Amino acid sequence: MTVSLKPNNSTPEKLQPTGWLKYLSFSLDHKVIGLQYLVCGFLFYLIGGSLAGAIRVELTSPLSDFMPREVYNQVLTLHGTIMIFLWIVPVVNGAFGNYLIPFYVGARDMAFPRLNAVAFWLIPPSGLMLITSYFINGAAQSGWTAYPPLSITTPAAGQIIWILSVLLLGGSSIFGGINFIATIIKLRRPGLKLMQLPMYCWAMLGTSILVVLSTPVLAGTLILLSFDIVAHTGFFNPSLGGNVIVYQHLFWFYSHPAVYIMVLPAFGLVSEILPIHSRKPLFGYTTMVFSIMGIVVLGLVVWAHHMFTSGTPPWMRLFFTIATAFIAVPTGIKFFNWVATLWGGKISLNSAMLFSCGFIINFVLGGITGVALAQVPFDIHVHDTYFVVAHFHYIVYGGSVFVIFSSIYHWFPKFTGKMLNENLGRFHFILTFIGFNLCFAPQHWLGLNGMPRRVAEYDPQFQLINQISSVGALLMALSTLPFLWNVFQSILYGHDAGDNPWNALTPEWLTSSPPPVENWDGEAPLVLEPYGYGNKNLNKTQEQNK
Amino acid sequence: MTSIVPQEKSSESKKNLSEGEHEDFRLFGLIAFLIADGMTFAGFFAAYLTFKAVNPLAPDAIYELELPLPTLNTILLLVSSFTFHRAGKFLEKEEAKQCQKWLLITGALGVAFLISQMFEYFTLPFGLTDNLFASTFYALTGFHGLHVTLGSIMIMIIWWQTRVPNGRVNKENLFPFEAVELYWHFVDGIWVVLFIILYLL
Amino acid sequence: MPKMSAILTLASSLILGVGGVWIAYNVDMLPVSASTNAPVYDELYRVLFIIGSILFIGMTALVIYSLIQFRRRPGETGDGIDLEGNISLEIFWTAVPAIVVLFVGLYSYDIYDRMGGMQPLMHDQSGHMGNQAERVWGGIGSGPIETSSSNNSSSLPIELTAMQFAFIFHYPKGDIISGELHVPVGKEVSLKMESKDVIHAFWVPQFRLKQDVIPGQPTILNFTPTKAGNFPIVCAELCGPYHGGMRSNVIVDEQEDFDTWIRENSKETI
Repeated sequence: MTVSLKPNNSTPEKLQPTGWLKYLSFSLDHKVIGLQYLVCGFLFYLIGGSLAGAIRVELTSPLSDFMPREVYNQVLTLHGTIMIFLWIVPVVNGAFGNYLIPFYVGARDMAFPRLNAVAFWLIPPSGLMLITSYFINGAAQSGWTAYPPLSITTPAAGQIIWILSVLLLGGSSIFGGINFIATIIKLRRPGLKLMQLPMYCWAMLGTSILVVLSTPVLAGTLILLSFDIVAHTGFFNPSLGGNVIVYQHLFWFYSHPAVYIMVLPAFGLVSEILPIHSRKPLFGYTTMVFSIMGIVVLGLVVWAHHMFTSGTPPWMRLFFTIATAFIAVPTGIKFFNWVATLWGGKISLNSAMLFSCGFIINFVLGGITGVALAQVPFDIHVHDTYFVVAHFHYIVYGGSVFVIFSSIYHWFPKFTGKMLNENLGRFHFILTFIGFNLCFAPQHWLGLNGMPRRVAEYDPQFQLINQISSVGALLMALSTLPFLWNVFQSILYGHDAGDNPWNALTPEWLTSSPPPVENWDGEAPLVLEPYGYGNKNLNKTQEQNK
Repeated sequence: MTSIVPQEKSSESKKNLSEGEHEDFRLFGLIAFLIADGMTFAGFFAAYLTFKAVNPLAPDAIYELELPLPTLNTILLLVSSFTFHRAGKFLEKEEAKQCQKWLLITGALGVAFLISQMFEYFTLPFGLTDNLFASTFYALTGFHGLHVTLGSIMIMIIWWQTRVPNGRVNKENLFPFEAVELYWHFVDGIWVVLFIILYLL
Repeated sequence: MPKMSAILTLASSLILGVGGVWIAYNVDMLPVSASTNAPVYDELYRVLFIIGSILFIGMTALVIYSLIQFRRRPGETGDGIDLEGNISLEIFWTAVPAIVVLFVGLYSYDIYDRMGGMQPLMHDQSGHMGNQAERVWGGIGSGPIETSSSNNSSSLPIELTAMQFAFIFHYPKGDIISGELHVPVGKEVSLKMESKDVIHAFWVPQFRLKQDVIPGQPTILNFTPTKAGNFPIVCAELCGPYHGGMRSNVIVDEQEDFDTWIRENSKETI
């Protein structure tokens, strides 16, 4: 049902730079901010990817011969921190959230445009600060987890800069979260009920709740950690009577939900992409909504499964085993619903769809190893090994990053008004999919057989598998090239996409591509059935509207 | 970090209020922020309680905190919440002089709290790095004190802005006042929890 | 037609189930099992592998089948079927995973119990005479893997001190200090672990056991080797630049060889 009503909320200020300069300015336009997040995140992805490349080169031989050991630890710390805090979290939340959420709720901008711009502009300086710390006395070298007492005893300068930039990025993330909650709850256009919102809104609502509840705990923890480093207090310093396990509890209280902060929005994006390209309604909307909220609630009470081998008492190990395993239920529902969405559709197997289906397959494997890792006895053997490395790369790369690429292929026509080249896109997918699986699937074996993670040197019996893994990493690195080429040449010479190349029903497609500053030239459309594909009556109304 | 949000909100306020729509989502945003801020305190409290439960101090390191001063502090803050509320009542009645008077009293109570807290710091027999309890004590009260300091500054700004005829905060533009008031009640509430956990337990 | 598809579904699930079991029993990805703990672990591993293979192959097959079967043929326009949900189907695929997860959870509880994870953590070392039991913060106690003989007093106490970047073992009996762990086959060992500087982790892949070694918080790890041989000890927690090089060996000897080793190295030979 597409009915139009008058615009209902304020217009953003028009005294903004135009042309490409606006992307370098303190813009208040949610679409500009979204693309700022996306491009900025992608630049950091390239940096984080190069660091991953350095790690894979080091690991082609069992000796620590490519770079000094301290540098290796700095590289793996920076790789983890950049990929999590500067690429996946900002892009799946900030980039697509900012671009899409106002369209989905029928608004002309986010609830707090200035706060939004502040949240974005916190990211580049803290990212640069993090990277430059490498050139000043060396970057942090205690891993992205920064477990004390290691983080207290390694050189302080790098660790303090790391803490500062993570605090700033956390602040950015909290501001973004508040903004999304307020936009979705309060800025919804009159007549639009919560249960009529596209699924990505629900995913972002759930994610933002997690952000608001858990990120501040990380901030507090890092403040205490910085006291330990600078003022020589003993919160987490056992030689001064502190307790290192308390840090781990507080850290994982944020950092486990952080995984959901990285994948829930990806779930939302896939739920938008699948129905459009298979021309079918999203299967089981209501159960999808409840499963998102179920993941949010469960996600907050499972953190200690990262600590099964630390000094946690048995009852705690058991409680967290059961709670963690149960996350598989709402997650499983989502996957079955997606397959049911494909079932009986008219599927266009384009790049967006390929990446989304690649995501489903990768994530199922990551989810299965996740349920296995939730079992205390299983985890005791493979904790902190390459099995875990494989598991979480299947979640965050095979999951979130595949979805990011899928979303770029899907929304690129909206961003620019041009189509991406499909053949290059399919080539990109095949390279990425093969490279990714070649890189990470063998690592399950490595972990089970005795290779710990975060090592620069290892038992020579693992050399062959590590080299296979490095070849996979090389393919992944190469796969970026057709993508970049595709984006550049499509922006310059791409086919015009028209306003709605996918013939989609969600609100962002019911305006021109790229959209005008205030999203719709006329009145904002009221979309009550964003997934009404195959519905004859709905299609007729659409025809009439055209 | 704390100061950015309320200021951001207040700069938003001008624009949106002139449209006369969605008045309350700024307050909604503030509440979300205060929940986040509260979670930081929750983390500190959880750390403190865990330390206390699993890392007991040696008997000779245990120091019983004196109660009179913190009790006075609690009363100061509770009264200041009340006086702030009273100032709000006068603002709604458009009695700016009365409102400003009560705001000034609130601000003075906040400053008195800070002075009293400082005094307690100087009279305590332990320093920041003495032991786990001392460190956590200073971290918790210090972080709260930072909130009170920011609150007091914001109260003074509001006090200046409620002046007649040139002030910007009045019955038509109530949001900055409401925001600071909500924040102040929040800081007050945190103190009560802190007082119970740190001094009474 | 519905009968036909029902038969097909049944047949493919059957093939899937048998295939999953076959894979789990024929693809061996684990190292040698060398402690009483390892076979128990492998049991759980196999069950998880069966469930995992069935789920993974099933889902992948479904996705690929859908992409092929329901692809848009050239020249085809229009939408797919207008199907927004199916309550009974959704209840079905909520209930089945919930039951499977509950089963796996209870099963792994059982496994964990058999590994000794639910035993109260105590460290009563023979040399310890203080009436106040020393506090142990976590780890795995001696479990009912060994039924009658699992008496704490019969276990061999060894103290492990981890530091950047070495494991140091101390045998109270004989006051031996060693960089390698020597243990007799078939006898329960009780490792009391503490770290000097940062967090390390003691891991023997062939024993399927790992426990963090935490500064300021002693932990305990009980195990019984079942196979003589030489197995690696790996540090599994990032502990600094030489983390990757922090390796040692556990040498599992026959009882006589072990006794000889103790005798030769003992300081109290008089």
